[in-house]
Amino acid sequence: MADLKEQIVAQLNLQDVKPQDIGNDEPLFKDGLGLDSIDALELIVLLQQEYKIKLSNAEEGPKVFHSVRTMAEYITAHQPSNA
Amino acid sequence: MRAVFISSDNIVSPLGLTSAENFKNLRAAVTGIRKHDRSDMSEQPFYAALFDERSGFSDTKNKNGFTRFEQLLQASIENALNSGQVKPTDPRTIFILSSTKGNISLLETGADSKEIAEAVSLQHSAKKIADHFQFINKPVVISNACISGLMAMIIGMRFIQSGKYDHAVIAGADVISKFILSGFQSFQAVSNEPCKPFDASRTGINLGEAAGTIILSADKNNSAGVKICGGSVSNDANHISGPSRTGAELFQAINKAMQDAGLTAADIDFISAHGTATVYNDEMESKAINLAGMQDVPVNSLKGYYGHTLGAAGLIEAIACIHSLRENVVLPTVGFGELGVPMPLNVCSSLQEKPLKNCLKTASGFGGCNAAVVLSKDEK
Amino acid sequence: MSKEYYITSSCTISNNSIHKNGVLLFEEKGKELNNFLISAYKNMGLNYPKFYKMDNLSRLGWLGTELLLKDSFNKDSYRPEETGIVLSNRNSSFDTDTRYFETTRAIPSPALFVYTLPNIVIGEISIRHNFKGEHAFFIFEDFDAAFIQEYVEGLLNNSILEACICGWVEVLGNEYKAFLLLVEKKGSMAFTTENIHKIYYQNNG
Repeated sequence: MADLKEQIVAQLNLQDVKPQDIGNDEPLFKDGLGLDSIDALELIVLLQQEYKIKLSNAEEGPKVFHSVRTMAEYITAHQPSNA
Repeated sequence: MRAVFISSDNIVSPLGLTSAENFKNLRAAVTGIRKHDRSDMSEQPFYAALFDERSGFSDTKNKNGFTRFEQLLQASIENALNSGQVKPTDPRTIFILSSTKGNISLLETGADSKEIAEAVSLQHSAKKIADHFQFINKPVVISNACISGLMAMIIGMRFIQSGKYDHAVIAGADVISKFILSGFQSFQAVSNEPCKPFDASRTGINLGEAAGTIILSADKNNSAGVKICGGSVSNDANHISGPSRTGAELFQAINKAMQDAGLTAADIDFISAHGTATVYNDEMESKAINLAGMQDVPVNSLKGYYGHTLGAAGLIEAIACIHSLRENVVLPTVGFGELGVPMPLNVCSSLQEKPLKNCLKTASGFGGCNAAVVLSKDEK
Repeated sequence: MSKEYYITSSCTISNNSIHKNGVLLFEEKGKELNNFLISAYKNMGLNYPKFYKMDNLSRLGWLGTELLLKDSFNKDSYRPEETGIVLSNRNSSFDTDTRYFETTRAIPSPALFVYTLPNIVIGEISIRHNFKGEHAFFIFEDFDAAFIQEYVEGLLNNSILEACICGWVEVLGNEYKAFLLLVEKKGSMAFTTENIHKIYYQNNG
C-alpha cells in the first residue's frame, strides 16, 4: 500500500501531503484528504496507467476509492493475470 | 437605454445550412446525432452531431486558406449578412467571435508548435474572417467555455445599448476533434447513447459541431421581429468543473437578466435551458428554475438535436428561440421521456403551438460560469 | 452619465519578479515559470493546497490576484455578486492545450483537460474569494487597455458590478505576464486608459 500512496500523491499533485501520513482506512474524499470529483477521475487514470485496470463502471468509483485499502483490494482482485 | 433588435441570423449545422432549414428540422424533431465509428477520434464508437460529406464541411483540408472552423464561420456570417441590411464595412458595426477551442485540431497535424500557436489563436481566425468580410473595427473575441455564445450576445447588446456601436455581427463556432472528444470522455461525461436531457435515465452529453450568427442592430427598420432585452453572467465560485449544488448562481444570472428586461417570471412563455443531460448540470438547472419561480413554464433543451456545440451552443439555441417566438411554437426536448431531476420542471416533450411573447435562454459551463438572456417579440 | 472610478491596487508578475503598486515584492531570476511561481507562493507564506493542482495560467492569475487584494481589498464591503473579473490574453490556454494533447497519446488526463479553457483562471479566483459577479475572458493580440477600461467602466456604470479585477494573464512556455488591477468606486488614482498604460509600462521589469 506504500507504493499506492506514493502514486496517489504524485498523480494528484498533493505536494503538502506525505504518503506515509495517509492512513490505510482514512477516507480519501470529503473530510479525509479532501479530494474532489476531478481527483476521482485522475484515480481512474492511475488505475489504468499503473495497473492496466479499466474501471468500466464509473458508479463503482465511490466504493473503490473510499480509502487506500479499498483501492488496494480492488487492484488485487482485478490485476490482469499476466501482470 | 436603446432597444436592440435582431436583424438576421444563421445556423450552419448538420441539420442545415440556413436558420430556416434548421428550424424546419427542429419542428419535425429531426436529430443530427448519429453513431460514429471514427478511429481517428476515439477507440470506441460514439454518438455526436457531426457534419457529413453532403454538408461540404466534413473535409479537414483547408479551403482558400480557411480551416474547417473558419469555413463554418464564413458560411454562417455570409448567409446572415445576406439576409439583412447591416453592413460589415459600416464603421458603426462590430464583429464579435465566440469559440471555446477554435482551430485546436491543428495540434493533431504535428506541425511546429510556434506556428501552431499562431494558427490556433482565436484572434488569428477572427482577423482572417474580419478581413474577408471587410469589417472596419478590430474584432472582439470571447472564449468563456460553454457560455461563450450567450456572453458574446450580451456584450454585443451592451455595445449597442451604450451607443458604442449601432450594429453587432456575433458569430460562434466549434468543431469536434480528438482533442475535445477525448477530454469529455476522460470526464466520463459522454453518453453511450443519444443524450436524454432532464430524463431519469440520462447518462451524459453528446458533442456536436455547428456555427451560428446573430446580427444585432439599434435600427428598428432592421428588426426581423425579435429584440434582446436583457442579459447577465454569474459565477458559482464553487468548483472548476462541477456545477453549483444549489443553482443559486444561475438563478442570480436569470434574475438579473429579467430585471434588465423589466420582466417577471409570469411574463416568460418558455425557457430554452442548457440541458446537457449530465446528471449534475440538469439537477442544478432544475433548482435554479425553481428558485426563479418558473417551474411551470415550458422548458426545453436542444442538445438532443445538436449535441453540445460548445462555443456555438448559446448562439444556435438562441436563434432557435428567436424563430420559436416568431412562429409561436415551443420545440420538444428530443431524448426526454421521464422527468429525473430533483425539482419539478415542465419539460416540453412535444411541439406546443401557442402565442409567445418572451423567452429565457440560459447556459452554464466549466469554470462555474452561468449566463442568461431574455428575448422578446418586437411588437410593431 | 459617466462617473469616476479608481485603480485601488495593481500587481504585475513578469520577468521572474512580482510588483505590487510599483513596489518589488519578490524576485528570483533564472527559474522556469513553474518553479518561480511555486517559489513565490511559498515565499509569500500562502496556504492553498489547490494551488499545486492548477496549470501555470491559473497559478499566475491566482497568485497575482492574491497579492493584488492582500491588505488592499475589504471583502466585507461587497456582496459576492458585486465583485467581478474581466481578463484577457493572447494565446488562450494553448500552453496547457499542448500538455493535455500529449496525454491523449496514452491516457487523457481529466485534471489537465479542465484547464484547456482560459476562463478556468477566473473560476479559480472566484472560488478562492467567493466572487460571483459578472466575468469575461477576452482574447486579444496584445493587451488592450482602452477596451478593458471601457468595458469595465460600463459594468460599474450600470451597477452590474461595484468592484472589478481586470487585466491580462498570458502564458506560453516560459513567456508570461500577469498584469492585474483592482477597480473600485472610491480611491485616488483615476481608472483611465492613460493610468493603466502608465502602470503597465512602469513594472515591465
